[in-house]
Amino acid sequence: MQAVVPWAVQREVFTKAEDVTDPKYGCQPENRPMPLHVRYGIVNVDKPAGPSSHEVVAWIKRMMKLSHAGHGGTLETS
Amino acid sequence: MEDATKVVQSFLFSGKEYVCVMEIHDDVPESTLREVMTEFVGEIYQKPPLRASVKREPRKRFIYQLNLHEIEGRRVLFSCSCQAGTYIRKLCSDIGEVLGCGAHMRELRRTCAGPFTEDGGSVTLHEISVANSEFEAGNEGPLRAIIKPMELALSSIPQIVIRDSAVDSVCHGANLAVPGIVKLDSSIEQNRPVALLTLKGEAVALGRTLMTTQEVLDRESGIAVKTERVLMERGTYPPLWKH
Repeated sequence: MQAVVPWAVQREVFTKAEDVTDPKYGCQPENRPMPLHVRYGIVNVDKPAGPSSHEVVAWIKRMMKLSHAGHGGTLETS
Repeated sequence: MEDATKVVQSFLFSGKEYVCVMEIHDDVPESTLREVMTEFVGEIYQKPPLRASVKREPRKRFIYQLNLHEIEGRRVLFSCSCQAGTYIRKLCSDIGEVLGCGAHMRELRRTCAGPFTEDGGSVTLHEISVANSEFEAGNEGPLRAIIKPMELALSSIPQIVIRDSAVDSVCHGANLAVPGIVKLDSSIEQNRPVALLTLKGEAVALGRTLMTTQEVLDRESGIAVKTERVLMERGTYPPLWKH
């Protein structure tokens, strides 16, 4: 009766071609130096009920001196 | 943050999980309530409420799971896993309509959005502030731990891994052709959101599929993905002709 949620489905991968990556370019996400880690990063914020998401984003931008930030949505309020 | 802002869009495709307290407007036997709620698992139709920023037309949404946890008088505690864009408030009032007596949503909490869970690493503004101060003082540990790579938000959509030689042209907005593909998820369908990654696991772009997994495996040429949102900076990987 209940379906498996899409984010819980195990990923099955097929290989089309053989190839290796050049260590000279790019960087594994887990090894990014801080500025890149922040730039390509996401924070899961437990937002208090008061400020709006927009205000929280503005606050974080100011605090961390970011030129750009956004949010992925919040809970609908009761 | 910064470029990860674009990734947020794909994250909106993923489902959400909620815990909700619904109040029904009459006393209803538990068995009836359970029966009615079962009817809402699967495909449902919803017309967005007045205050929504989307077109007010009935639309199909998918409820993956509905689990009734506790009943206390007329208050019902349940959890729900559903497609993004499902209005729980509307779900409660529709359940009430089917029951006949009416119902409304009293309280709601989102417990996860795709791969981002409540107890799996959400942080308060205070914790962010403390971690940032630490970082400014020379200790990057706490801030590094709090920030997740944007690739985490892509884990709930199908993925295709591409060759280094295909990366830079995709970064310039080019569509992805079959020869550029190294690996791909097994059951990709046509016209679906997809994430393009490097062999190092870095997000390159978000796109929409033009072929299924089987078509990609069978063919040697053709455009497999229409690139829609570039995430990686141009020049991170060299252009093909420089090799």
